[in-house]
Amino acid sequence: MKAVLALADGKYFVGTSLGVAGEVTGEVVFNTSMTGYQEILTDPSYHGEIVTMTYPQIGNYGINDEDVESSKPHLSGFVVREACPFPSNFRSQMTLDTYLKQNNIVAIEGIDTRALVRHIRTTGAQTGVISTIDTDPHSLTKKAQAAPGLVGRDLVREVTCDAPYQFHQGLWDLATGYTEVDPAAAQYQVVAFDFGIKRNILRNLTSRGCKVTVVPAATRAAEVLKLHPDGVFLSNGPGDPEPLYYVQETIRELLGKVPIFGICLGHQLLSIACGGQTYKLKFGHRGGNQPVLNCQRQQVEITSQNHGFAVDARTLKADMVKVTHFNLNDQTVEGITHLEYPAFSVQYHPEASPGPHDAAYLFDQFIAMMQEHK
Amino acid sequence: MPKRQDLKKILIIGAGPIVIGQACEFDYSGTQACKALKEEGYEVILLNSNPATIMTDPDFADRTYVEPVNPEVLERIIEQERPDAILPTLGGQTALNTALAVAQRGVLKKFGVELIGANQESIEKAEDRTLFKRAMDKIGLEVPRSGLAHNYQEAMEILEYVGFPTIIRPSFTLGGSGGGIAYNREEYEEMVMAGIEASPTNEVLVDESILGWKEYELEVMRDCADNVVIICSIENFDAMGVHTGDSITVAPAQTLTDKEYQILRDASLKIIREIGVDTGGSNIQFGINPVDGRLVVIEMNPRVSRSSALASKATGFPIAKIAAKLSVGYRLDEITNDITRETLASFEPTIDYVVTKIPRFTFEKFPQADATLTTQMKSVGEAMAIGRTFKESFHKALRSMEIGSYGLESRIFADPADDKTPLTEEQQALLCNKLQVPGWERVWYLADALRAGFSVDKIYQLSGIDPWFVSNIAQLIQMEGDLLAGKLPTNEDNPAFSDLLRQAKQYGFSDRRLATLLNSSEKTVREYRHARNIRPVYKRVDTCGAEFEAYTPYFYSTYETECEAEPTDKRKIIILGGGPNRIGQGIEFDYCCVHGAFALSAAGFETIMVNCNPETVSTDYDTSDRLYFEPLTLEDVLEIVAVEKPEGVIVQYGGQTPLKLAVALEQAGVPVIGTSPDAIDRAEDRERFQALLNKLELLQPDNGIARSCEEAEVIAERISYPVVVRPSYVLGGRAMEIVYDVERLRNYMKFAVEASPEHPVLIDKFLQDAIEVDVDAIADGADVVIGGIMQHIEEAGIHSGDSACALPAISLSQQLLDEIRRQTRELALELKVVGLMNIQYAIKDNAIYLLEVNPRASRTVPFVSKATGRPLAQIAALVMAGQSLAEQGISGEIIPPYISVKEAVFPFVKFPGVDTLLGPEMKSTGEVMGIDFDFGRAFAKAQVAAGVKLPTAGAVFVSVKDADKQPALAAIKRLADAGFKIVATAGTARFFSNHGIPVTFINKVKEGRPHCVDAIKNREFAMVFNTTLGAASVADSYSIRRAALMNEIAYFTTVAGINAVTDGVLAMQRETLDVKPLQEYYKNL
Repeated sequence: MKAVLALADGKYFVGTSLGVAGEVTGEVVFNTSMTGYQEILTDPSYHGEIVTMTYPQIGNYGINDEDVESSKPHLSGFVVREACPFPSNFRSQMTLDTYLKQNNIVAIEGIDTRALVRHIRTTGAQTGVISTIDTDPHSLTKKAQAAPGLVGRDLVREVTCDAPYQFHQGLWDLATGYTEVDPAAAQYQVVAFDFGIKRNILRNLTSRGCKVTVVPAATRAAEVLKLHPDGVFLSNGPGDPEPLYYVQETIRELLGKVPIFGICLGHQLLSIACGGQTYKLKFGHRGGNQPVLNCQRQQVEITSQNHGFAVDARTLKADMVKVTHFNLNDQTVEGITHLEYPAFSVQYHPEASPGPHDAAYLFDQFIAMMQEHK
Repeated sequence: MPKRQDLKKILIIGAGPIVIGQACEFDYSGTQACKALKEEGYEVILLNSNPATIMTDPDFADRTYVEPVNPEVLERIIEQERPDAILPTLGGQTALNTALAVAQRGVLKKFGVELIGANQESIEKAEDRTLFKRAMDKIGLEVPRSGLAHNYQEAMEILEYVGFPTIIRPSFTLGGSGGGIAYNREEYEEMVMAGIEASPTNEVLVDESILGWKEYELEVMRDCADNVVIICSIENFDAMGVHTGDSITVAPAQTLTDKEYQILRDASLKIIREIGVDTGGSNIQFGINPVDGRLVVIEMNPRVSRSSALASKATGFPIAKIAAKLSVGYRLDEITNDITRETLASFEPTIDYVVTKIPRFTFEKFPQADATLTTQMKSVGEAMAIGRTFKESFHKALRSMEIGSYGLESRIFADPADDKTPLTEEQQALLCNKLQVPGWERVWYLADALRAGFSVDKIYQLSGIDPWFVSNIAQLIQMEGDLLAGKLPTNEDNPAFSDLLRQAKQYGFSDRRLATLLNSSEKTVREYRHARNIRPVYKRVDTCGAEFEAYTPYFYSTYETECEAEPTDKRKIIILGGGPNRIGQGIEFDYCCVHGAFALSAAGFETIMVNCNPETVSTDYDTSDRLYFEPLTLEDVLEIVAVEKPEGVIVQYGGQTPLKLAVALEQAGVPVIGTSPDAIDRAEDRERFQALLNKLELLQPDNGIARSCEEAEVIAERISYPVVVRPSYVLGGRAMEIVYDVERLRNYMKFAVEASPEHPVLIDKFLQDAIEVDVDAIADGADVVIGGIMQHIEEAGIHSGDSACALPAISLSQQLLDEIRRQTRELALELKVVGLMNIQYAIKDNAIYLLEVNPRASRTVPFVSKATGRPLAQIAALVMAGQSLAEQGISGEIIPPYISVKEAVFPFVKFPGVDTLLGPEMKSTGEVMGIDFDFGRAFAKAQVAAGVKLPTAGAVFVSVKDADKQPALAAIKRLADAGFKIVATAGTARFFSNHGIPVTFINKVKEGRPHCVDAIKNREFAMVFNTTLGAASVADSYSIRRAALMNEIAYFTTVAGINAVTDGVLAMQRETLDVKPLQEYYKNL
């Protein structure tokens, strides 16, 4: 079946339908990871986005029931050069196409994805539409233009959990898969805000002796403190941090009262709570090869990233926070620490999944911080 | 951390001659290292015996020692140069072993020299199997169950817990030399004992078999601040059991989930840290059980490797250059990524295409060799291709091999349209066998198996090739079926067919293969395609999946929508490279291509390189202005020409590969510059060549063309035996033989070649005991300059590529030399040669016979250039671009006052069962050079550089044919006088003792024991001289040569060789060989 991807600026690509038939809009972005498409599909941070994989052959190792970061795919649409109909891996359970169909995802294959990526790189991320219903590029362009962008929208409320819950799954291991961590043996109580949280963050916490309570994004500070946590975690999530006033307010209230660790959107929200501002990057950082310099250790970490917004270094108050990490490709802020209170955050993903494990030490750092303030 | 200021002078060790397992990738890495360190202002000292390398060009190092790469020589250079540091990680296993040896001898400590890149401890940890295993245990990684054996007893104990099949690998050998897989006790004993022999430390590793497991490699880099990055992951198409150098490999890894890939990545980081490679690149190999993902570490190379070269070309990340910079103290985040300019080297490349490498074998040269692929590497080269999918890159790699394959041609079905089922029982068995036993043709049989309806799973069960690869090939076979059903529509357009054709092109199908499937011609397919605008676009290799803009024009073709070629409107010239290395066409031609690019760039042209060999300097993105990593077929070249529209295309530098495209390119309107294709044809076409010689009144050996066995006999009778016979349609001495009698001739005509009117056999008078001479010259149509006249050591009849030679000529009269010069000039002018020309002459009884004229770059161009200090390939490139010799100020012949000897290096050790006798068919893989003011010393240096252990005392075993006894007499007498003990078989002993030489008698093999082969195996001889005549005695003496080879005893099989080595050995007896850099020799010019 024919499918067309059209961008708001009129550029379009004609390919073949993958996943279900239909029509979806979203911000068209690209991810340069060569592995990890299943984790990417199920990462809630991609909510509202049409994700293009730069690696041309996707689906080679199929889909299994382990490599998931949430209960289902969250992205708006998926774009690949060639989807593999015959996956080969001892853990594979189904093809990419079957999985997309089961989860009602509209996708397109067979287009010049490199041309698309070069176009986005040059013109910046923009809204687009994938359709199998309407294949008229002109009409699709209009639809893309009419689609809402990411700026100023609260996408978090569309992906956060409805009610608090406990999470007990530990980290994955080749031999044993996932194992449940006994909460009774936990040494630390952690409250994790779910802005679209990836499960591997939670697994990293449980495996380090944390009893984790996941709470909805709108949970108030007082409710959190009632749980007497040793630490609060601010998760990743989709879209623009600016409109999330209610969360920023909660963080301000929690600062100084309990150790805080934030990742990605959580990092942006902590920065805003500390007086900083964020801005939209031209086309974001999405991939598993982003070099980040740890200023304290003077060492490079190869990191997994997925963000379209970034913290503006110039807006950070030097007497309140310090930049601890920055990106070696474009010098953007990758990590901050509060100078007075026990709070720090990183823009990238130390939980990896997908991506390298270089920054896993940050979870240990969080544990040490909780220990210190216990 | 900026670069180190405490280092001033750094010594780089090269890899020496090209051998199996160590090819031109180490010229690529060494050249990058030299450039990088010079750029940083260090004084660079280089040791490498291989004259065909770019790195040994005098500009690349401050002092270039073209001397044997061994610990003794290295020690002398250290003593003479007093470098601050040695960089041993860029010259392959040879450099690493040599550095380790001097370190272990305490030389480095004595002279205060530091090893940079990898230190002694980490080299030992990575290379010593016990230490490595212990290191892996320490970091919690598994290695296959294994044990180390130094003797029979130990080997048997290990077998108890390892079990069959077992993998046997000798320690410290290249490309797993001497290793193998044993399935039973007998094989096990044999391999273990051979391995212990082959290992310099008399040690073998016996491993649990993980045959059939998936094999992966990761290329890792680390800097002094402990930053570690992975440059590339590689997945092997062939499962464990086939040496990775002999496997088809694909980058990046295809069938690992992120979780599984990260396990490999984490392991790699731990390994490089534990082994302690301080700075630079390493290669780590893993095995993964396809059933449960269990991971074992196979090995780690604490240095830049063949895989690093592949990874560099595959990703655009220059591993060797960065490794050199890291070795002097830079951090990864202090080095800029050349390709993106705005980002740094501290990242992990991500690619948006698929890379396939296919190894190139030359079993046809060694018919007695076992062609089964095992853990011992047997390939001599490789081609790499880039495509947007595995299917496309695989197809492109197939046609890059240049073995007459343009796709997955059938091996068992004559016509693509044939019924494929049911198979005969025989076919069924053949296919199963070919899938089960890895051989170089396996993928073609795999395609036939798919055509015959074998399921993907069955093929996987038989071959161990991952179903993902098999399924992709199944898609190609499916497409072939779809194409077979279609026909090339002529007049009316058929959009459905046009779409199918476009898809086939996206799958990488060549026009040639399409023509076969569509029962059409390549030209028709091309025209059909062009009429419908089904043309390739060119995408950039950018290290980053298009995230950043790429500034380096490094391209590959694909069939998509957007072209990134952005050709300029500068004056530009395309140089066509040589493709995969093979015997007869290797690094020498790449050297010429690189020089062509250097000269033309300097002259203001934009240079565009086309090549598909990832090991080369020519495929470095900074060698030429633009690089197309593409197959060297007519189709691929024409498409590049169409995009670039060059002023000229150079076809005479890459060897036969581009040369054979010359006529077709010219016909297609491509501006081929240099000598015209017609002149090339005049030199190659038998009859036109004869007319040319008649016109110039030049001699050639008597000859004729036979189209049947009867004709051959008549011709041979007329010109008299011995004669040289060869098929007219093959090049490079293939199937060429010297025939001494009619019986052997009949045999040849019957079995070796099937002569027919279409395929005649050429018969030449063999000039026995003639001296062969090679001449390289440059001509511009008006002037001719002789580059050098080389006198071969071995007599005519040995392929010129296999013969040692000396420059200047050592025993030819002035008159003969002048006549050779005159004839060379006449030929160049008559053929209107523009560029390089090589002529082979034979001299017998003071008459000069013309053997061959090649109006193109020859294998000897780098040697001559290095010997004379005159860059022939650069001068010739400018000539082709229109600058005459006079305009360049080039005149006269440079005749150095010192002597340079080139010696060939052979792969016999890798091929059990193969005779080492030289003949008209080329068998050498590489070459070395020895320089000195005295022939004996120069020859000795060349021998030592080639790995021959020349003695200064001991026993010499002599067994020569009757005709050689008198000619060898003088040499044997000199050796006896110098204190060597002469041992000979009956006839030889009698002759020499009759001439007053004290000789000890020894039995021939068939005369009873103990015999000469026993003595060789007991290493009682320091040298073996053995010449033979006729098939029977060749067979008899085979065991002598083979035993000498396996026991590393210097052996010589021609009288000329005996004479030369006598000069060499006596020179060594007089004084130890000194070392001197090229730059010093050049001061004498």
